Amino acid sequence: MKFIGVDNYSRLFQDRLFWKAIGNTLKFLLLHIPLQLVVSLFLAYLLNQKIRAISFFRGSFFMPVIVSGVVVTILWQQLLGYDFGLINRMLMALGFSKIGWLVDPDVAIYSIAVMATWKNVGLYVILFLVGLQTVPTQYYEAAKMEGATKWQQFYHITLPMINPTVFMVVILSTIGGFSLFIEPYIMTGGGPLNTTLSAVLYIYKQSFQYYNMGYSATLGFFYAIMIMTVVILQKKFIEKEV
Amino acid sequence: MRRIRIKKVLMYVALTVAALTFIYPFIWMIGASLAPRHEVGTMTIWPTHPGLENFKTMFEKIPIGRSLINSLLVAIFTTSLVMITGSMVGYALAKMQFKGRQLIFYVIVFTMSLPFQITLIPNYITMINLHLVDTFFALVIPFAVSAFAILMFRQAFQGLPQALIDAARLDGCTEIGIIFKILWPNIKPTLVTIAILSFIGSWNEVLWPLIVIRNEELMTMPQLVTLFSVGGRADSQLGVKIAAAVLLALPVMIAFLFFQKHFIQSMASTGMKD
Repeated sequence: MKFIGVDNYSRLFQDRLFWKAIGNTLKFLLLHIPLQLVVSLFLAYLLNQKIRAISFFRGSFFMPVIVSGVVVTILWQQLLGYDFGLINRMLMALGFSKIGWLVDPDVAIYSIAVMATWKNVGLYVILFLVGLQTVPTQYYEAAKMEGATKWQQFYHITLPMINPTVFMVVILSTIGGFSLFIEPYIMTGGGPLNTTLSAVLYIYKQSFQYYNMGYSATLGFFYAIMIMTVVILQKKFIEKEV
Repeated sequence: MRRIRIKKVLMYVALTVAALTFIYPFIWMIGASLAPRHEVGTMTIWPTHPGLENFKTMFEKIPIGRSLINSLLVAIFTTSLVMITGSMVGYALAKMQFKGRQLIFYVIVFTMSLPFQITLIPNYITMINLHLVDTFFALVIPFAVSAFAILMFRQAFQGLPQALIDAARLDGCTEIGIIFKILWPNIKPTLVTIAILSFIGSWNEVLWPLIVIRNEELMTMPQLVTLFSVGGRADSQLGVKIAAAVLLALPVMIAFLFFQKHFIQSMASTGMKD
């Protein structure tokens, strides 16, 4: 092995495609995290209302979590197809025009973000459900006596009480989102115009398509430090909010 | 009273729509895998002339049976090793006194906080240097020790009374015997949790096999299906691709139907995924 000092790092900072891949991953997270939070909290809230057949609903939300990402991606490829995809067919039937879910450079990464949310949301529903069940019912009763609306109860009692879960969900979906790989690898190969090239996919391509092992290891190291920094910042920020 | 009832109905409607969004694609997938070629592209759930044609073509075109066995072997070996190594290290950390115990514990916790991207390429280079690329070992050894399993076992063992161990020692039981014969029967929930998580994790792992395995005979099922899907071989044969996805999903889905509660508890207890 040869020591080449900081060469790989100076290359990294000038590597436009790497920064584009980072940007794509951030765009992905920008939709993925809030969507994940809102949908999972909403579904958990519904499940917490003394619902019948709860294990059926819980089980169906959870199904995509345990199935391989490869399966989920192949399925969604059919849903999101331009000419024959289910979603475009539904749009056409309703009189709208088709959308290039995976072929439009402005849309593709967000389609993937929605798909990734669909895959993981069941896990977070369960985490929120556990969180919601720890809120003592007396709090709601007291609030009701004071005349608080449902929304006020949610905002002033539920949300502060389940803050640790919110924090956990944000951190877990951040870490999960930063490892985005198999979805773009199968669905788009990183295209159109490299708009769905995720950072991990780029690192993978650097090592196993262009055979730049050393450089790719540098990218991996740098990227991992970046992830840890983001997670620590999130932690600081959320703790301050509490 | 009436308002409450309307609200309840709305809630069930919302939940049902949500449940369908999650289940429909899977039901469609199973239907499509049984459909004849010209019907695969449609979105109906049940084909008019169901048959196993797609599965037959799949077994002829790609070594999917072989990959199924590979995946099973990898998952079984990985899970067994994780449970053996995890309980041995966890036992030492929980119940034995030695110098540096705390330090080792913190080092293990620290490795958990590292994103896998940092170790991906170094691990691959290690595999090259050990001449393990394109061998079964490359799929198992990097996953044989799990920091997470160690912590779970440590926690479970800490909850057990010391008297249990002392009594076994008096009877002349070895330390290994204590772990597997005396303590294991007392921590069944932990065993189930770790077994499920590690099996599912191994079964669904795809990035690592893509990196270390080139020989089609050694490929795991997710890997083979991925390469089949992106390699252009499946372009004209949507039905075969779907059939491959069904075969990949079915074992996990069936296990999930039977052990739903255990699956959900395991995953929720950790907040981990994949």
